[in-house]
Amino acid sequence: MALRDSIITLWKTLTGPARHFSLGFLTFGGFIAGIVFWGGFNTALELTNTETFCISCHEMRDNVYAELKSTIHYTNRSGVRATCPDCHVPHQWTDKIARKMQASKEVWGKIFGTISTRDKFLEKRLELAGHEWERLKANDSLECRNCHNFEFMDFTAQSKRAADHHARFLANKEKTCIDCHKGIAHRLPDMAGIAK
Amino acid sequence: MRHQDRQGLSARAVLLACAAVLATALAAGSVIAADTTATLRKDGISSQKAPPPIARVENRDLKRARNYPEQPPTIPHQIRDYQIDRNVNKCLTCHSRTAVEQSQAPMVSVTHFMDRDGQVRGAVSPRRYFCLQCHVPQTDAKPLVGNTFTDVDAVIQEAVPGRKEN
Repeated sequence: MALRDSIITLWKTLTGPARHFSLGFLTFGGFIAGIVFWGGFNTALELTNTETFCISCHEMRDNVYAELKSTIHYTNRSGVRATCPDCHVPHQWTDKIARKMQASKEVWGKIFGTISTRDKFLEKRLELAGHEWERLKANDSLECRNCHNFEFMDFTAQSKRAADHHARFLANKEKTCIDCHKGIAHRLPDMAGIAK
Repeated sequence: MRHQDRQGLSARAVLLACAAVLATALAAGSVIAADTTATLRKDGISSQKAPPPIARVENRDLKRARNYPEQPPTIPHQIRDYQIDRNVNKCLTCHSRTAVEQSQAPMVSVTHFMDRDGQVRGAVSPRRYFCLQCHVPQTDAKPLVGNTFTDVDAVIQEAVPGRKEN
């Protein structure tokens, strides 16, 4: 009965008017507390959206990050670099939150060491890569297009075959970036039976 | 007695070794001093030349002439980060028999499907799987040495002046 009593007391406190604090204090206090909470939440969210955070796990640092380093998205003439979240986390806030909630599965994987060794990682690589291919296929390669806008492409500056392929398959939306550019930033798993 | 002998021998060996080292050092010294060694660095052995800038890979997608009929065609485009291992062969995503309809790239020739007995198989033979063993991209680097290669047509033309060229 003690529990029931305390719940009733709490309910009465919450629904009753404030006895000691002024309306102004509660309004402005609530407003400021909201800013602090929201700012803190977003700052923490952005902290998990950095390369440093991603490669603080050896699973990422020793496998996918090591592979990324020699590719064009990491080492290039113009010094523009795509880091992990640029390609793997949506930029829009709602999509980002949705992706972050999915990522709780990755925390589970980290705790139970699902890919804690190179062998385990290679074993699971096809499945994990498959998730990313599916995601990019479903959102029409959104993360690619955050930087590579089809409308802005200068076909005359592209090599002949690149311009030809983009004109034939990308312009009419028959294919999306990931259909042809799999393995652009990481090594590929066994691709036997995977549609090219 | 034996012990003495061994000592005498080893002393002689040391003396010989010293002489050899001295002779080599002297010879090397004279070469370095003369600086006449022919090297591809185009500079003396004792100097550290600034390395040339890294050559750029040609990416024009234009077929190049072959210098002789059996020459593997050179790759007319960039192949940076192309993965060729037991998991995947990036070249074949465009040049395989089934991919050329979409890619309009030249198909790997039928010789690549032959086993060592000349029997044509269903897929590219494992001994022809690693494209870069024969096919290579070209850069704009200047040749370090000249060569006197003459095309076979020119050779025949010279030997048989009246013969028509193909």
